[in-house]
Amino acid sequence: MIAAAAVAATPTGGSTVTLVMFLGFVAATLVITWWSARRSSGASAYFAAGRRITGWQNGLAVAGDYMSAASFLGIAGMIAFKGYDGFMYSVGFLVAYLTVLIVVAEPLRNAGKYTMADILAYRLNARPVRAMASLSTLTVSIFYMIAQMVGAGALVKLLLPGVPYEAAVCGVGALMIIYVVFGGMLATTWVQIIKAVLLMSGSLFLSILVMKHFDFSIVKFFDAVANVPVNLPDGTSVTRDFMQPGLVFGAEVTNGWGPIDLISLGMALVFGTAGLPHILIRFYTVPDAPTARASVVWAMILIGLFYIMTTFFGFGAATILTPANISVENMAAPLLALALGGDAFFAFISAVAFATILAVVAGLTISASTSFAHDFYSNVIHHGKTTTPEAEVKVARITAFVVGGVSIFLAIKLQTLNVAFLVGLAFAVAASANLPAIVLSIYWKRFNTAGAVTGLAVGLLSSIILILISPSVMGLDAKSLIHAEPWFPLKNPGIVSIPLGFIAAIVATLCTREPEAEAKFAELSVRANTGLGAEKASEH
Amino acid sequence: MSFPQPQDYTPIVGSQTDIAPLGSQQPPHERTAQQTHDESCDRIAAMPEFKELLRRKAKFIVPACIFFTVYYFALPVMVGFFPDLMKTRVGPVNAAYVFALSQFFMAWILAAIYTRVAAGWDRDGAKILAALPTGGAK
Repeated sequence: MIAAAAVAATPTGGSTVTLVMFLGFVAATLVITWWSARRSSGASAYFAAGRRITGWQNGLAVAGDYMSAASFLGIAGMIAFKGYDGFMYSVGFLVAYLTVLIVVAEPLRNAGKYTMADILAYRLNARPVRAMASLSTLTVSIFYMIAQMVGAGALVKLLLPGVPYEAAVCGVGALMIIYVVFGGMLATTWVQIIKAVLLMSGSLFLSILVMKHFDFSIVKFFDAVANVPVNLPDGTSVTRDFMQPGLVFGAEVTNGWGPIDLISLGMALVFGTAGLPHILIRFYTVPDAPTARASVVWAMILIGLFYIMTTFFGFGAATILTPANISVENMAAPLLALALGGDAFFAFISAVAFATILAVVAGLTISASTSFAHDFYSNVIHHGKTTTPEAEVKVARITAFVVGGVSIFLAIKLQTLNVAFLVGLAFAVAASANLPAIVLSIYWKRFNTAGAVTGLAVGLLSSIILILISPSVMGLDAKSLIHAEPWFPLKNPGIVSIPLGFIAAIVATLCTREPEAEAKFAELSVRANTGLGAEKASEH
Repeated sequence: MSFPQPQDYTPIVGSQTDIAPLGSQQPPHERTAQQTHDESCDRIAAMPEFKELLRRKAKFIVPACIFFTVYYFALPVMVGFFPDLMKTRVGPVNAAYVFALSQFFMAWILAAIYTRVAAGWDRDGAKILAALPTGGAK
């Protein structure tokens, strides 16, 4: 959604104001990092903010962790250019939280400690399961992060034409490393909270300005949406009804595969969110399972309101600006802000977009480094015996440096490529590899190590392979990474890879027996359902 | 006279878990699954109140998940395969938009219902832990 190969944008006024707002946000987050670094010590403080974040705070942080620039700029742009079909993303992003709320959040909080793998290792053979889960976590986090970083570079280039792409990527990378290395989970949480507040207020104000343009009349607004002027390639202009579905996923524009792709996308969103490691670790930052539940509900209120507002600023950009006047799809929301609120509001919305990227990459960095330190270093390499919590924190800090450096490097190398498919890949891996393992280990007594490892491996590999041979990567036009007819017709592999992940996990389980894992099920069930022995919030 | 019993030939995989059991001081990785076995958990697992709690949870969670999955996937199915029906005008908008918007309210309402129901489970869980003679809840 964030086009990496951004077409030369029209530089607009207000660059100085934009820069001042960027710097203001950066300064505020650095103060928070300094404050967090001073007050927190110990593994539970570093990895889980001492488990003392309250329900509404964590709700805001989950929303801040989740609503990426791809949501804000990408969906606004998609609705501005393609109308209704862009809104389908908005719906899936919210409904996904029902899976998180009802199926995953509370058992995870009750029975785990720092990572998604904790709940798998509870009753299965810890080393192979943690190694696979850590690999899957790192894959999801790094792919998602590269997409965000490439987007950040392209975005800063558009908003602040004087700043080169490389400098923007290095700046974003350096900031996320500082937040995570020095401030840990506490600083990351507050960066996400501030970002969520900024994003919500920016979108609310933008939506109000759009409705003011239509004299606060819903009827006038939707009348305009039904008659959007669109320039055809042959130079003529027609009016299209943007309320009508089918401009992206219609059978006639996709060789008949669009409707299936739409269902596949929905599956990746609705089942993938509950397997995204950076979202799951947020539930370890609250004191107990009821607070985790409350935080999902807070997040759902915010995320739902935000995605309903995409209607106003997405369709607003389509009607007030019209697609012909938007230089790059991702610029729809900032340009709308410029048209309706002037330079200062443009600067504010740009700074919000920048804050959005920073909060998400910080969340991804901490989830990757926590998983490497806790799952891989302590429990796979050292069998969980020879390390101390201090060593684990130290390894996590080093990992954050390495992950940050690798992401900066890859984001600079990949700047000319369209890497939007990496977001889809992250959701597909989360849904096909992580979710089957999590759900089966919580709810199926017979589930065992062989099933978890096989399910994780098959879900991970099938998602990656299917994306590599899909139209997202293969194609005949110049922008495609591989120049060939795609072998797999769908852009979203979920409809194939999610069932594959589940089937692999179930079949491998049925082929082996693990009496110890079955014997420990009662204990996991008691802990997951009553909160007995759950990790407590730290004192002070 | 006895006949050989059919044997289960499925291989057995070892299990070594690394989450610390309750109130134990020994590093978790040095114990086998038998050693880490927690008796208070076994006692709770055998309590009829606990079994009843699991039953009531399943009775809510399973239908709720089926409901929202069916309701949600009805949207892409309808929009994808019956676009003409979904283009029907409803007031200032069309059926496709109304259905999409209804998903938001469905999610919020289901979350509200879940919150109410789950608060009851919290109370039952606390009662079960309180009934534990050793006060296993730490």
